[in-house]
Amino acid sequence: MKSKAQPKSGFSFADSERVERILSQYPDKKSATLPLLHLAQSQEGYISSSVIDTIADLADCHPSVVMDCVSFYTMLYTKPQGRHTIQVCQTLSCSLNGADSMVDHVRDKYEIEPGGTTADDRFTLMKVECLGSCGTAPVVQVNNDYHEGLSLEEFDQLLESLE
Amino acid sequence: MSAFKPVLTQHIHQQDCHTLPFYQSEGGYSALEKVLTMDPEDVIDVVKNSNLRGRGGAGFPAGIKWGFLPKDMVKPTYLINNADESEPGTFKDRLLINKAPHQMLEGMLIAAYAIRCNLAFIYIRGEFYKEAEVLEKVLSEAYAANLLGKNILGSKYDLDVIVHRGAGAYICGEETALIESLEGKRGCPRLKPPFPALEGYLKCPTIVNNVETLSNLPHIINQGAEWFRSIGPEKGPGPKLYCVSGCVNSPGVFEEPMGTSLKKLIYENAGGIKNGNQLKAVLPGGSSSAILTAEEAVVLNMDFDSLMDAKTMLGSAGIIVMDDTVDMVQACLNIARFYAHESCGQCTPCREGTTWLVKMLTRMVQGGGTAGDIKMLYEITDNIGGLIDFSKGSFGKTICPFGEAVAWPVRSFVEKFEAEFINYIPQQETVA
Repeated sequence: MKSKAQPKSGFSFADSERVERILSQYPDKKSATLPLLHLAQSQEGYISSSVIDTIADLADCHPSVVMDCVSFYTMLYTKPQGRHTIQVCQTLSCSLNGADSMVDHVRDKYEIEPGGTTADDRFTLMKVECLGSCGTAPVVQVNNDYHEGLSLEEFDQLLESLE
Repeated sequence: MSAFKPVLTQHIHQQDCHTLPFYQSEGGYSALEKVLTMDPEDVIDVVKNSNLRGRGGAGFPAGIKWGFLPKDMVKPTYLINNADESEPGTFKDRLLINKAPHQMLEGMLIAAYAIRCNLAFIYIRGEFYKEAEVLEKVLSEAYAANLLGKNILGSKYDLDVIVHRGAGAYICGEETALIESLEGKRGCPRLKPPFPALEGYLKCPTIVNNVETLSNLPHIINQGAEWFRSIGPEKGPGPKLYCVSGCVNSPGVFEEPMGTSLKKLIYENAGGIKNGNQLKAVLPGGSSSAILTAEEAVVLNMDFDSLMDAKTMLGSAGIIVMDDTVDMVQACLNIARFYAHESCGQCTPCREGTTWLVKMLTRMVQGGGTAGDIKMLYEITDNIGGLIDFSKGSFGKTICPFGEAVAWPVRSFVEKFEAEFINYIPQQETVA
């Protein structure tokens, strides 16, 4: 029997064992949609249409159902991003503690607007809503890591250190 | 009050406090052992008697919520631990996950046993990637020690727990949106009734409880409902995690009894206002609560009833402090923008109203204020869903309380700091 982790579309999961594990733990396949989307994005960097086809196949639903889900969540990207995603929290406690000047800094120094990617694909800048770490404002999430209580200088060094 | 010793956070400064050996060395999982010998109904009674009210924001009594489950259960029952912590100003659950994850898991086990559930979920916001890793490790420790899985500690009780990551959507903290999201859909709240206790995940009976709520359970089982009720006000007792952020010297999470004075939390726990400035305003229960002026804030206690009497709410106890340098119109715009971004979009008053608020407030701060703006801000907030006066009852314009969550703070900003909004309207406009 053909493994479901390698369907007809152009995308297949590298870790098919993990896919099976995810699918088997839920009482229904469709609940595995978000975990599979996370897994695919960690592999591909974004959610392409062939990722959607593959996941729809695994979750036993129409691709439009998966796309409907993808379009709702801000952490799922439908376009390639830079090698690093820089997410500056802009909600109230961070804003009261200097988050706005951090966005301005990136804009001025690297000449990109929020949502934009540097010409060398080094990073994508995003303004995001509350990251849930208001006590250590301002907070910046770089890829999966939180960087908390950053001064503008520390933020600048952090950006410089990204390759 | 000075006699209060932290309960939920008592060990967070100790090394390896997140590990199973540490937790067990402090008596961890003894409450579970006790519960496994009890009748599930008796566990529910203990929690009902404790008066434990939900710590996620709505403050609904946990035991009563569990009591809504159907008595003749033919379908499986599910427990969901709501770790979607997304309310601006709130950062307590992340601390409990990082520093006391086994306390939370023991709480989940107690709740799951009480409601006869064999599969539970931890729905954690997607941005908490590291915390999801912590939880995966905690679950493997627990499985290896037979605290999860089949025949837990020889009791014939089975429970599996799945860590499920969200993907960046504030609304998924609302329990029916969370359930939709868990089912692999957009996080759009459901019309209630039916409530999740009857029809939740996969149309099965489902209980959703917050991380902090669940973390209280081992202590309630060990020390009794009466002990719990002796901490803070009778109608909503217990230890409470308060998050203080914004313009304070030492922001952080502080555990104090329910009903602790806001003044103490700001000036003692959080070290007072930054840069020697003066207190101007406080959002006491996350950005969804109505704002308090400095005069109102310093005489209030942080509990469900005191704050409701003051026409605001305890919510998630996310206390955002603003000093006298803060421009209230800009702060109001910041909040409105958050809600416009996070509206799920299914109800027109919320989807359109939040967008209009942002457009109007942006125009005002850019110098384009007009004479009718203040009146229109009131109209829009009323249309989205919020008169702060309960008796006038304008609830129910949207499927979920998100409508109130944006209308209340925005309206309260305009009401209490109207002069600042008027200042943004050019002089010739106000005359005309």
